[in-house]
Amino acid sequence: MIKRIKSLAAALSISFFAATSLFAAECIAPANPGGGWDFTCRTITKIMYDIGAYDSPIQVTNMAGGGGGLAYGHVVNERNTDDDLIVAASSATATRLAQNAYSGMTYDQVRFLGAIGADPGVIVVAADSPYKNLNDLLDAVIADPANHAFAGGSAAGGFDHLKVLMALGKKGFTDIAKVKYIGVDGDADAITQTVGGFTAAMTGDISGVVGFIKSGDVRVLASFTDERIPGFENIPTAKEQGIDVVAVNWRGLYTPKGASDASYKKWTEALRKVGDSPEWKKAMEANGLAPFNKVGPNFQDYVVGVMAEVQALSKELGVMK
Amino acid sequence: MELFQNLALGFGIALTLTTLSLAIIGCILGTIIGALPGLGPSNGVAILIPLAFTLELDATQALVLMTSVYYGAMYGGRISSILLNIPGDEPAMMTTLDGYPMAKKGRAGDALVLSGVSSFVGAFLATIGLMLLAPILARVAFYFGPAEYFALYLLAFCTLGGIGSENQAKSAIAVCLGLGISMIGVDNSTGMTRFTGGNLHLYDGVDFLVAIVGLFAVTEIFVFIESRGKDSAIGVKLGKISIPFKDIIATRWTMLRATIVGFIAGVLPGAGASLGSFLAYMSEKSLAKEKKFFGTGDIRGVAAPEAGNNAAAGGALVPMLTLGVPGSGTTAVLLALLMTLNITPGPLLFNERPEVVWGLIATLLIANFVLLILNVPLVKIFTKILQVPASFLLPGVAMVSFVGIYSLSGSYFDLLLMIGFGVLGFTLRKLKIPAVPVILGILLGGHMEVSLRRAMVLSNGDWTYLFNSYISVGLWIAAFIGFVAPIFLRSYLKKPTPIG
Repeated sequence: MIKRIKSLAAALSISFFAATSLFAAECIAPANPGGGWDFTCRTITKIMYDIGAYDSPIQVTNMAGGGGGLAYGHVVNERNTDDDLIVAASSATATRLAQNAYSGMTYDQVRFLGAIGADPGVIVVAADSPYKNLNDLLDAVIADPANHAFAGGSAAGGFDHLKVLMALGKKGFTDIAKVKYIGVDGDADAITQTVGGFTAAMTGDISGVVGFIKSGDVRVLASFTDERIPGFENIPTAKEQGIDVVAVNWRGLYTPKGASDASYKKWTEALRKVGDSPEWKKAMEANGLAPFNKVGPNFQDYVVGVMAEVQALSKELGVMK
Repeated sequence: MELFQNLALGFGIALTLTTLSLAIIGCILGTIIGALPGLGPSNGVAILIPLAFTLELDATQALVLMTSVYYGAMYGGRISSILLNIPGDEPAMMTTLDGYPMAKKGRAGDALVLSGVSSFVGAFLATIGLMLLAPILARVAFYFGPAEYFALYLLAFCTLGGIGSENQAKSAIAVCLGLGISMIGVDNSTGMTRFTGGNLHLYDGVDFLVAIVGLFAVTEIFVFIESRGKDSAIGVKLGKISIPFKDIIATRWTMLRATIVGFIAGVLPGAGASLGSFLAYMSEKSLAKEKKFFGTGDIRGVAAPEAGNNAAAGGALVPMLTLGVPGSGTTAVLLALLMTLNITPGPLLFNERPEVVWGLIATLLIANFVLLILNVPLVKIFTKILQVPASFLLPGVAMVSFVGIYSLSGSYFDLLLMIGFGVLGFTLRKLKIPAVPVILGILLGGHMEVSLRRAMVLSNGDWTYLFNSYISVGLWIAAFIGFVAPIFLRSYLKKPTPIG
């Protein structure tokens, strides 16, 4: 047995070294396996190699910690000139950067590469809820905020929370500290709390609620997208209902700031190819992602724009100074 | 009849050569992963996911491989608990309390066989429960809001009593220490950081695997160094190996009760296997006429947590499959696997993808028999570990611990933290303060706190909200009885009569 333990340990450590040297490039998922960032790295890198957009297999590393801050710090401080490194990012990355939650690190310390898909934000109520559309719900919240709580999969002040506040803001409601929000462990948990009648509504991404939509347990009041989500055409957008909020959880990548322009160009090309491939379209469909294609420098501009909005709301909410 | 048709479909899928061999490979890998400290079921499954993709398995096959690993790890965790006093994974922690003392008395073989059989009973009955009741049980989650969860965790802490120590105050200190550690990190209700000292590594809190490996494995190494290899805690007597039928029969009701308790804990999202094994152990202890032998190698103290944690592992599959809510770290990883395989868990999964669900259930039934067959005869090989001198064994344990923990996040900080917990564990051992309640505090404290905070947000700070439903009132009463009853019963219990 001891021999077995030893040989297994040896095998493990050898595979570690092998893993780091066998692959030319690396994608860091700043979270544990499972979840959005892990999906981004694994799916995008696999397709990148499969369709020949990148010439070697790409190693995926999980580096959980600090809500992505650990990986961010690792890239900024230790891998700043690494040409062969990409890191998974999403709206959560931008939100945390905007809220100064990565212990002082800023968005301009890396280079955002692009996003090629997005998980549309939705507001969901239980099937037996009295609210039939987004305005019903928001009006009720404005009239009596103390008795209408939202459940969401991110922490207070996180992206799910902010979506609700942006929508309420469009209705002219600005006393946002009064809006009740409980952050639970993921979208499915938030749905359970809402179907159970503990909260009035759920705010999250559509991918987390597909099973419940099909079973008829819930009703989606609105999606925060420009157009109706493919495959879910019966869900009205918030925009149609007069509330002009677009909030999607984009799935994208960033690279180290000090990496060469040539490598940045190479990665953007590869990402573009993945975004246009049928394999990616299939993966998007399977995971409830909607089309969202911003690759290259204009993506950086988009991120900066979203961050400004997040910052203003967060200050008002008191989650940042 | 539909059930039998479904099962026939399931066995039709499970009994192909490929699926069957995947299940066996999964069981063996899982047992090893479970037995190695630091490599728990959740990171074990996570590490093996790429394997499933490289082998280009289809959805059912991948799921079969991974759940076999999961069940295998739940079985395997007990091995190092019993033999080394180091839990292989967090649900196996409770098994150290009586399993290790039993091994020290020269009954290591008996403890391993007994716990193997109770694991089988727990897991097998839980799989049946999953098969018959999953769609109904899924609705249970809808009745558990923040107030109910808070009462549930409160119940766990109220029954804690003098666990792992004769001295209740010392157990209480240990729990408080664990609760304190559980507060480190970003506070989910406000987004503010607490006790992190600005260190990003601590933003997500202390990983309980780091704590567990530090408090048990590293502490063991320190104790060994201190004694210069002479008086190591390791070095239990081997004893002869036979199947302890007498013990198995004596604990049959214990196993059954523990299975029910564990299964319920598993079905509730957020509670999971650790709570299952803990509640199974504590309820068995409180039901026993005399409790003196618990903690000194009582056979019920070995059978209950193992049946409980394996039943909880099966129970945790209920909310994962029917709601997409993972009840534990491992089911979270399995859930991610499902999503990548294009399977959306949810209330309709049983109708939409019967081949996946019933193939899985059939495999779990088969995996249980494989594991029983694997585990009972292999006890001989496992106990050989005790013949290895500690001076060879412990460096091996140290190496496995370091590699296991490093594989969690790939950060050296976790290694330092683990050593820190080792020092803490060593200090606690010198003060005769038990380490198990510390881990329970870390594991359950965070959940308890956020449940209370959420309840307060929902009720605008009105504490009567905590007693707002029959479920929560029932749990509060149980917690009250669990806390108060021992105080009054103590004088009555002063004269224990030995059993068996």
